[in-house]
Amino acid sequence: MRLKMMLAYALLLVSAPVFAQGKLNVMATIEDLASIAREVGGDRIAIESIAKGYQDPHFVEAKPSFILKLQKADLLIAIGRELEIGWLPPLIQQSRNGKIQPGAEAYLDASAQARILDIPQGQITRAMGDVHPLGNPHYWLDPENGKTVAREIAGKLTQLRPNDKAYFDQRLADFVNRVSEGEKRWLAMMAPYKGVKVVTYHRSFPNFADRFGLDVIGYVEPRPGIPPSPGHTLDLIQEMKRQQIKIILMEPYFDQKTPDSIASQTGAQVLVMPPSVGGEKTITDYFKLFDYDINLLVNALKRIGAKPAGND
Amino acid sequence: MRALHYVHASMIAAVLVGAPSAAPAQTPDAQALRNEPSNAQALRDEIDQLRRDFDAVRQQYGDRLTALETRLSAIQDGAPPAAAAVPAQPAVGQRPTAEVPAGAAGVGGPTGALPVYGAAVAGSKVFNPDMAVIGDFLGAAGQNKAARQNNVSPNPALEMHESEASFQAVVDPYARADFFISFGEEGVNLEEGFVTFTSLPGGLLTKVGKMRAAFGKVNGLHNHLLPWTDRPLVINNLVGGEDGIDDAGISVARLIPNPWMFLEATGQVFRGDSGADPNGNPLFKTTQRGELSYVGHLRAYQDLTDNANIDLGFSYSRGHNGASNGNLVDPGSLVTQLYGIDATYRWKPLQRSIYQSFVGRTEWIWSRRDQLTSVQSGSGMYLSGDYQFGRRWFAGARYDRANRADVASMLDTGQSLVLTYWPSEFSQVRGQYRRTAYAIGPADNELLFQFQFAIGAHGAHPF
Repeated sequence: MRLKMMLAYALLLVSAPVFAQGKLNVMATIEDLASIAREVGGDRIAIESIAKGYQDPHFVEAKPSFILKLQKADLLIAIGRELEIGWLPPLIQQSRNGKIQPGAEAYLDASAQARILDIPQGQITRAMGDVHPLGNPHYWLDPENGKTVAREIAGKLTQLRPNDKAYFDQRLADFVNRVSEGEKRWLAMMAPYKGVKVVTYHRSFPNFADRFGLDVIGYVEPRPGIPPSPGHTLDLIQEMKRQQIKIILMEPYFDQKTPDSIASQTGAQVLVMPPSVGGEKTITDYFKLFDYDINLLVNALKRIGAKPAGND
Repeated sequence: MRALHYVHASMIAAVLVGAPSAAPAQTPDAQALRNEPSNAQALRDEIDQLRRDFDAVRQQYGDRLTALETRLSAIQDGAPPAAAAVPAQPAVGQRPTAEVPAGAAGVGGPTGALPVYGAAVAGSKVFNPDMAVIGDFLGAAGQNKAARQNNVSPNPALEMHESEASFQAVVDPYARADFFISFGEEGVNLEEGFVTFTSLPGGLLTKVGKMRAAFGKVNGLHNHLLPWTDRPLVINNLVGGEDGIDDAGISVARLIPNPWMFLEATGQVFRGDSGADPNGNPLFKTTQRGELSYVGHLRAYQDLTDNANIDLGFSYSRGHNGASNGNLVDPGSLVTQLYGIDATYRWKPLQRSIYQSFVGRTEWIWSRRDQLTSVQSGSGMYLSGDYQFGRRWFAGARYDRANRADVASMLDTGQSLVLTYWPSEFSQVRGQYRRTAYAIGPADNELLFQFQFAIGAHGAHPF
């Protein structure tokens, strides 16, 4: 027992905590939030994301190393809408950090003001798969929601660091401007293909589809969170042939086997489209996410000579 | 004069608002006016002053009203998730009503709208805890002669082994509470029920209530989180069987800051009772108030890469074992001490995390049990590996080896092969082939199978 105590004290001594001088220590659950927070917070914050952009944000492991990071956090930004329900609650509980408990001052649910789609109406059951009762949590894939989230983050940062209000406000305005400019460009690129029909793997892209004029007619998953089944795959192939669907969008963390086999039978192309910053090495921020995804999509649409819906 | 003005202003305000009690004109001020009818100028000044005061009051109330409205709309804007979650809520203050049924309009019958009881409190359901029920159905087939010879009660052919209901919610800004109630074949048992203080100073994570002790890894796991259908022999023989060290007490855990790894020290004090081994000998048993049991645990965790990590634990426990069995030789001196080491290696490639993973785990436990005539020093271990080879498929193997706590010279060994299938995140089918060579008699070969299914709130994924 004595030895253990001595060891503990020795450890305490060696570990003079290295405080980032004056910087607000911000943790985000996914890299998209981290990117937006970085834009708004600039050099006044130190930010890190728990999930990597190339991993499935529904299934992040609640590793104790994250507990250490949350323990030191001055602010935690979460996507909300139960995206992180499988792993964030135990991390927060064990963080010993009263500030970042849900409902406390330094816990920010970024979805509060965002435009949320797929909010289930009426009775929902798990027979529908792993439905999110509070709506689809992949809302950051609409640049308008990106601006909203940035405003939320700026508000929260200002609340925590009132002295830096002007700095955050200026950076927010700059970010919003650049997103608006980008959005114009992205919309212009997608405009010729408005209403083009696609199939996606998981329901990760409703906000993206809604903003950029894609018509998602089906999913590789029979139900959210349920892996592909032969019966559903056959139905989907029939439907894709009937409607001449040539594009399958999938997230980088799913298995490509089923989409590939569907593609080979329908002549469609499988596009691995990262839904998050960090989903590809080149996607280092929120702008590059849309640049990459829109370019990927437009190039594919050009290759297959797609025409807008109604013209076929 | 100021005070008087205030009285005037408030009187006028009261009259305007229509408070009937302020209506009678016979007030001291009115009398004063009648006593000095000649001083018209003064009267006029007075009235002007009153008007100004009234305007000021009106202005003041108007401002406050505007401020309140702004705050109200801000609150409404700030809480759309709640609004979205319960779209059918009637507006606050508007109680839902029902019409009086046609036949009820007789003599003395109610008229107008009737209140609907219960509907108005729907909003309070928001505060209901997260509830879930997990069913655990076990079946067994094959030979179990040796189990009987060794006084181990064999698994029944079919058994609704356990139905665990969980209730979990935040208590207040400082604490949360978790209740796990298991309904087994023998009855209802509070498996765990504790409050966790999440934000105590000094980084202390404190739990108070009944809980599974932090001795090693398996003791802390509920049945449905085990990677097998059963618990390893070493747990059954040396750490109180299926119930394990699960007792009323207080737990304090603190992170030990250091630049290298996650290091957490946990200290727990319990009343001193626990589950029993298959022969019915409890690990810990109290006969009087002072016979507390203690558990200490040190956990070290380190990420090796983004995809792999290692988790080490050192445990110690001490408690009174009740071996004196009412024989008052010196009951206080008969204690059991347990020492444990556990190691877990996890591998999960981040980008393919839902398809592939591997967990290797082992626990080594040493027991030193004082008995009336001897001291029994036994030990045991298990080594297990689980490989996920598809989104829904897991295969695993386990090796078991354990002495008996009360007769350390007896050794049981076992081997298991496990195959698990996950239809979804909320259900699981598992088969386990188990060969057990108990200390006495021939080896048992059994096929165990299990169905698990969860309804209700989405719980956290185990780690």
